[in-house]
Amino acid sequence: MERREERVAYLFLLPWLIGLVVFIIGPVIASLLISLTDWNLLTPPNWVGLKNYEKMFSDRDFYNSLRVTFRFVILSLPIYTVVGLSLALLLNQRIRGMYFFRTVLFMPSVIAGTAVAVLWSILLNPDVGVVNQVLQSIGIAHPPRWLASRDWAIPAVILMGLWGVGGGVIIYLAGLQNIPPHLYEAATIDGANPRQKFRFVTLPMLTPSIFFQLITGLVAAFQVFDVAYVLAGRGGTRASALQFYLLNVYEEGFQNGRFGYASALSWVLVVIATIVILITFRTSERWVYYESEEDRA
Amino acid sequence: MRGSPSPNQSHRSTMRRLRDDIIPRGRKLLRLLVLYAILLALCGFVLLPVSWMLTAALKPDSVPFYSIPPDWFPSEHFEWRNFETALLDPVRPFLRFTLNTLIIFGGNVVGTIFSCTLVAYAFARLRFRGSGFLFNVLIITMLIPWQSQMIPQFLLFLELGWYGTYLPLIVPSFAGNAFFIFLIRQYMRTFPRDLDEAAKIDGCSYFGIFRFIILPLCRPVLAVVVVFMFLGSWGDLLGPLIYLNNTDQFTIAIGLANFATRYSPNTNLLMAANLVMMIPPILVFFFAQEQLIGGIASVGLKG
Repeated sequence: MERREERVAYLFLLPWLIGLVVFIIGPVIASLLISLTDWNLLTPPNWVGLKNYEKMFSDRDFYNSLRVTFRFVILSLPIYTVVGLSLALLLNQRIRGMYFFRTVLFMPSVIAGTAVAVLWSILLNPDVGVVNQVLQSIGIAHPPRWLASRDWAIPAVILMGLWGVGGGVIIYLAGLQNIPPHLYEAATIDGANPRQKFRFVTLPMLTPSIFFQLITGLVAAFQVFDVAYVLAGRGGTRASALQFYLLNVYEEGFQNGRFGYASALSWVLVVIATIVILITFRTSERWVYYESEEDRA
Repeated sequence: MRGSPSPNQSHRSTMRRLRDDIIPRGRKLLRLLVLYAILLALCGFVLLPVSWMLTAALKPDSVPFYSIPPDWFPSEHFEWRNFETALLDPVRPFLRFTLNTLIIFGGNVVGTIFSCTLVAYAFARLRFRGSGFLFNVLIITMLIPWQSQMIPQFLLFLELGWYGTYLPLIVPSFAGNAFFIFLIRQYMRTFPRDLDEAAKIDGCSYFGIFRFIILPLCRPVLAVVVVFMFLGSWGDLLGPLIYLNNTDQFTIAIGLANFATRYSPNTNLLMAANLVMMIPPILVFFFAQEQLIGGIASVGLKG
C-alpha cells in the first residue's frame, strides 16, 4: 500500500520532474557551459574559457547597464516601500466609499508594463506633455525633462511604477487586517497613543509583509525589461540612461547573436542578484518579526 | 458658591461644550475631509491619465494631438474610427495580435491546469519519500532568475525547429509552474483528510480521488490561477519577442512595443492601440477583483 502510494506520487509529479530537468536544471548547466564559448549560431562554438567574463571589464555597455539597474534598485525600493505602506494605511481606514477607492487604486497594477510605458512616455513629453503642463501650472517653471534627461529618466520609470503601486498595497493591506485586534486592545490599556501603536504594534507585525515585498521587489527590479525595451528602443539619450541589465543581455544575445557573451552576462546578473537577496535574507533575522517565534519561546 | 447661578456659568459651560464636544467633532470632521481629499487626489492620479488617453485616442488626425491646456475628458472629438483603424490596420492588425495573444493564453491554461493540479495533488495529499526535499526544490526554482535559463532554452527550441511558432510559449506550461503549483498545493492542503480515506475505502484509485473529489473542490483557486495567467500572458513581452519573427504571429505586447518604437506613429492611433491593450486586463480586474485580491493576499501571508 505504502509503496503503491509512493509510485503513484511520482507519476503525478512526472510533468514537473521532466520540466525541472529539461527546462530548468539542464538549461542552467548549459548556460554556464555556453558562457565559456563564443557561440553565435553562425559558426561552430569554440571553447574560450573565461574570456567572456574578462571582456566585461572593458565593456562600457556592461558597466552602464549595471549602473542603471543598481540606480533603479536603490532609488525605487525605498520609495515603493514607503509609498506602498502609507497607501495601505490610508486604504485601511474605515470610511464610507472605501471599496470604490480601493478598486480605483488597485486597477493600474493589472495593466501590462508595455502599455504603462507607452502611456507615460507620452504623458511625460518634456515640452507639451500633460505632466509638465500640470507642474508648470502649479508654479514649477522648469519641470524635469524626464525621459529626455540623463538624470530624470530613472525617476520617470519609478513614477510609472508608482502608478501601479496598488498591487503591492494588497499584500500590506492583508498583513494589516491579519493583525490580531487584541494587540491593539492591550496597547490601549497600556495607554499607548496612536503613534506608539503604529510604532510598536503595526510596524513590527507588518515586517513579514515588508520583507516579502522587498524580496519580490528585488527579484523584479533586477529583471526590468518591458519598460526598458519600450522606452530605450528609439536610441539616443534614453537608450543609455535606460539601458537596464536585461535589455543589454537581450541585445547582446538576440540582436547581436553573441550567445556566449550574453550567457556570461546573465550569469553575472544571477550571481549579483543572489548575493543581494542573500544579504537581505541575512539582515531579515534582525528586523523581521514572526509571531510564531514568540509562541515557541 | 459652586452650583449657584452666576454670570460666568453659561460662559463656562459653553467653553466646556467647546472643549468636549465641538472641537473633537470638528477635528474628526477635518480629519475626514483631509482623508477624502487625499483619496480623491490619488484617484485623479490614477484616472486622469486614462481619461486623457481616451480623449487623445478619439482625436482625428487633423487636430493637434497635444493641447495647452490639456484636454482631460473627451468632449469635442469622437473619432471612434481610430479604434477600427488600430484594430484592422494591415501593417499592425491589433485585432489579429489580440487573437494571437488569446491563443497562447488558451494553450497556457490547458497546460498549466493539467500539470499544476497533478503535481500539487502529489505535494498536498500523497506521502512519499523525498517529498520535503522536492518541495524545497520547487520553492528554490521560484527564486532562480529566468535569465539563467533563457538562452539555452532558446537554443533548445531552435534545435527542435520551434522557432517562429507558439510552441516555445505554450509547451513549457505543460511542465508546471512553480508558483501556481505552490498556490494550488496550499489550497488542496486545507481539505480534510477523511475525504481521501473514505474514497479509498470505497475502492477509488488515487487518480479517481484526484479527478472526482479533489479537483472539483479546487475551482476557486483555479480561478485565481487563470486570472494570474491571463495577466501574465497578456503582458508578456520578452517571450514572444524572442520566439516570434512574423508579424502575423505577433502578440499584442510586441505589436504595441513595435508601434511605439519602430515607426513614427500617429500618436492618436498609438493611444487607441494602447487602450486596446489596457482594457481587457481592466475588465478582468473588475470582474475577478475578489479572486485576484484574495489570491495576492494569500500569497503574501503565506510567503
